[in-house]
Amino acid sequence: MLKIGVIAIQGNVEEHVEATRRALGGRGEVVKIKHAGIVPSCDGIVIPGGESTTLCRLAWSEGIAQEIIDLAKAGRPIMGTCAGLILLASRGDDEVAKTKQRLLGLMDTTVDRNAFGRQVDSFEAPLKIKGFDEPFNAVFIRAPAIVSAGKGVDVLAKIDGRIVAARQKNLLALAFHPELTDDLRLHKYFLEMISKSKN
Amino acid sequence: MKMEELRHGTTLIKRGFAKMQKGGVIMDVTNAEQALIAEKAGAVAVMALQAVPADIRKEGGVARMADPAIIEKIINAVTIPVMAKARIGHFVEAEILEALGVDMVDESEVLTPADDKYHIDKTKFTVPFVCGARNLGEALRRIDEGAAMIRTKGEAGTGDVSEAVRHMKQIQGEIRDLKGKTHEELVRYARTIEAPAALVIETAELQRVPVVNFAAGGVATPADAALMMRLGADGVFVGSGIFKSDNPAKMAKAIVEAVNNYDDAKKLAKISKGIGNPMKGIGVSTMPKEAIIQDRGW
Repeated sequence: MLKIGVIAIQGNVEEHVEATRRALGGRGEVVKIKHAGIVPSCDGIVIPGGESTTLCRLAWSEGIAQEIIDLAKAGRPIMGTCAGLILLASRGDDEVAKTKQRLLGLMDTTVDRNAFGRQVDSFEAPLKIKGFDEPFNAVFIRAPAIVSAGKGVDVLAKIDGRIVAARQKNLLALAFHPELTDDLRLHKYFLEMISKSKN
Repeated sequence: MKMEELRHGTTLIKRGFAKMQKGGVIMDVTNAEQALIAEKAGAVAVMALQAVPADIRKEGGVARMADPAIIEKIINAVTIPVMAKARIGHFVEAEILEALGVDMVDESEVLTPADDKYHIDKTKFTVPFVCGARNLGEALRRIDEGAAMIRTKGEAGTGDVSEAVRHMKQIQGEIRDLKGKTHEELVRYARTIEAPAALVIETAELQRVPVVNFAAGGVATPADAALMMRLGADGVFVGSGIFKSDNPAKMAKAIVEAVNNYDDAKKLAKISKGIGNPMKGIGVSTMPKEAIIQDRGW
């Protein structure tokens, strides 16, 4: 049985819980995490989208941030979507610096916080993802992007030259919101990463 | 990926934006300095306006959209989303706000309504809208017009949370009443609350309004914010409550933490300590009828 934790500090939590639960199909449980003490017991962690400044501040002050770093270093898979992609990164742009966000620094990536502009520029589009036969209807909301990545980072999808899906060993970063659609392929992909990490 | 394959302003994108605000606090600000205090405290967004509701009440006269110069300064100052208010029915103010790059428009009763019959047709916009509601019928009419987010009206600028409580309980109660009703009963019920049947049926199935539902209007303390979360709000708007308090930076931070810890009384006790006096406020029951603004909107 798998135990997946969804960081529930702020943002699109319920949708991730629901999508993960559906992708699991009874092979485990999904728990919401608002406080320290639960992350270490999980086989994998989802960091949902929300406002990265809020998420970041509370993740550190609630003591969850360090627990996620420790779990990742122990080889457990972490999936970050949108704001989660920012948190996973090592380096941010001027906007990230301006708000003094302390990133988790787990992936060898540099992020651009609002890479695609403001809400009126938000979009959905069929996205080609490496390893997927059919395009994924990806929903980008004031989305970030990875502007540069180290050699150990496997680029899974790009838009306009910017990286919007990437994997570095046990870490998966998505600039868009798979939890907003009914397509469970990425949640299943993440669960597969978790199953393999347990063997 | 061709750029023409990108679809903007879809219902999914608009409602999705509101979903990213869940569990957060959205704060009223009137200048860039206040916006920076809100951002630092952990606000998920700021609402840019000319004056906070408490001052709008005091000053009287016609309350309109904020000066675009102020909104621009706020947009340039912070990295979090910036919302702004347009008058009810004033679609040109909304178009101006959209052109400025505002992330969400609040079609708000706090401003003087520009139309006594019609709200803005929000489906025509790329920018998403939030609207106030006192009951389920009002909430679903706004969603039908294209609102991507609902908030209680409460009674803005009073620091008295009682009306927000009443509106939240009213909406939740009406949703519970839908349980167990047959299809034909739901269609009939839709007529009595002047809401589209399809949305009433969807609400009955989901057992919640089909978009994100925040609390607003009179929230003045961390305890008020936690109370609204306990009553089922997805998040909280704080208007005058931050910048009319003794220590806005501390109050802002405390309210953000209270929303994250709304079900933990011990933590709430700690959060509520030593944050200075909240806004003085005014009891809604002592106010003359003509001072009440929640009745604006149709």
